[in-house]
Amino acid sequence: MNTGGKKIIWNEYQKTIADDRYFYVRSCVRQNFFPGSEKTFLRILREELIRDIYENPSHTTCSGIGYHADVVPFETAMTMVARQFALMTASGYKNFTTSCITSFGLYTEVLETWRHSPETEERVRGNLFKATGRSFVIPENLSHASDVIYRFREEIAAKAVYRLINRKTGLPLRGVEHIGCHYAKMFPSKGVGGAEYPFVLTGMIESWGGEVVDYPERRHCCGFGFRQYLVRANRGYSLSCSKKKFESMAPYNPDFILTNCPGCPMFLDRWQYALSEMEGITYGGNGMGIPVLTYEELAGLVLGYDPWDLGLQVHQVPVEPLLDKIGIAYDPGKKFLTRDGLPMGKPAAPSHLKFYPDE
Amino acid sequence: MGKLYDKLAEDIRMEEGLKACLHCGTCTAICPAASFFNYQPRQIAEILQSRDDDRIEALLKSDTIWYCGECMSCVTRCPRGNAPGLLITVLRSASQEMGYFIESEKGRQQLAVKRTVGEWILKYGYCLFPSEIQPSAHPEQGPVWEWEFAHIEAVMERLGANYQRSGPGILRKIPEEDLEEVRRIFEVTGGADRFRKIEEYSKVKAAEMGLTLDEGNDNEYMQHISTYNSHRHGRES
Repeated sequence: MNTGGKKIIWNEYQKTIADDRYFYVRSCVRQNFFPGSEKTFLRILREELIRDIYENPSHTTCSGIGYHADVVPFETAMTMVARQFALMTASGYKNFTTSCITSFGLYTEVLETWRHSPETEERVRGNLFKATGRSFVIPENLSHASDVIYRFREEIAAKAVYRLINRKTGLPLRGVEHIGCHYAKMFPSKGVGGAEYPFVLTGMIESWGGEVVDYPERRHCCGFGFRQYLVRANRGYSLSCSKKKFESMAPYNPDFILTNCPGCPMFLDRWQYALSEMEGITYGGNGMGIPVLTYEELAGLVLGYDPWDLGLQVHQVPVEPLLDKIGIAYDPGKKFLTRDGLPMGKPAAPSHLKFYPDE
Repeated sequence: MGKLYDKLAEDIRMEEGLKACLHCGTCTAICPAASFFNYQPRQIAEILQSRDDDRIEALLKSDTIWYCGECMSCVTRCPRGNAPGLLITVLRSASQEMGYFIESEKGRQQLAVKRTVGEWILKYGYCLFPSEIQPSAHPEQGPVWEWEFAHIEAVMERLGANYQRSGPGILRKIPEEDLEEVRRIFEVTGGADRFRKIEEYSKVKAAEMGLTLDEGNDNEYMQHISTYNSHRHGRES
């Protein structure tokens, strides 16, 4: 596609991303559903890029899901955020990086609120001190973990064992990127490339040899909708949003979906399965789904990490078709083994979605 | 006119979210919830801008304010810097503080959110926790989650987690003194009070509806609010 004009717009939204000494906070959703991604993020930062990244074991949820599901008041959420900042301050760090997009959006919202309303910041400081005796310094730099990988995308490309090239055709693999809504829709200047043409994932795909596919519903929400997924009676909203995206992207035959939000890969992965069970639909051709990856998983793959160390075995939509296209070596027999190489059973096969290669 | 509006205006998010709406409907065009529900974010801004307390009170008691998914797509697109999604957060807070949420099918669901995500924050220090994500309640999670759930400790160990152990790492056990700080934050900032109000108003509604409600999640009212769908929410209904 012709991206000339878009690249000029992207240039207006280049945020500052710290180079080193990160205070890292985790994501509730990712720890439950994609633990391998957070493990891989720290491995890349520490072992490949030789950066200082610290996790304080006292940090907790920021309460963001509770806030956006509206059971946690803004005052409480702001004070929870302030406590995370206090842990950063006490640990001697100034660059705050978060694994979660809901958190990133909440931290940004809180900081913007305080910038407009210093009296709110003072009140929250009072809340925090009263509740915990803690105080804090506002981070010098706030980044999402995908910003950090984006910053080092060329260093990762230089160390890459694999490129996002179809080994049979020699052509770039085609990815669709899905940006978490709270990354930049609320505060476009806080995301790489802004809200309309975010470049954070596109930059990674292009640097690692692939090609980004544009499609009509590219900016549509995955459908988490907080209460719309959390309450069982509302889940049709969540499923319908994802279906709208699949129907829109499928004609472009993407090789993979790349995401930077904790919830999005889970929904885009699981709703493909649910739609296959409910309506017999699959979107990847030959009864397969479209593999959905986190940015750490994709970075880990190009760096040559074992797919099962990355956690690709906990995807409901199998990722093997993408591994085969790239030409990644992997042992299918090790997919569902324990750390010590012992069997722990295997997931049942879905009714329609092809899960095991010999089906 | 204006007292209820004035109360809402005390929330700083009103100031951030409502400038001067010109009713262009761009927010409705981009809104995922408007695709599926009988919902228009444009109407939210219009009603608030009218400062008509009767209309605002009706809104606070309605299903309407509970359709939004808070994706905030509307914020990006508004040509006048309004944020209907942020206004929804103001309305939902007020609806719960004033007890109006129990008057609508979708509003009543807040007890289900409070008794899951809300309580998990205080119990575990996480918004979600694996043992609470029962495959029977989450068929969409598929056979992979069923397998993971059955072997959660081994799967977490394989993927490098520090599952329920001390020290840093994935799904580590949050120290009790840190959970205590979180609970004190909730007490000091109104979070615990919000939880109490959701419980108290819900008890009144459960009695009114003739449904049992105890402290657990396996009772008639919790089952009802979690699963009941009147199917009167769609664009065509």
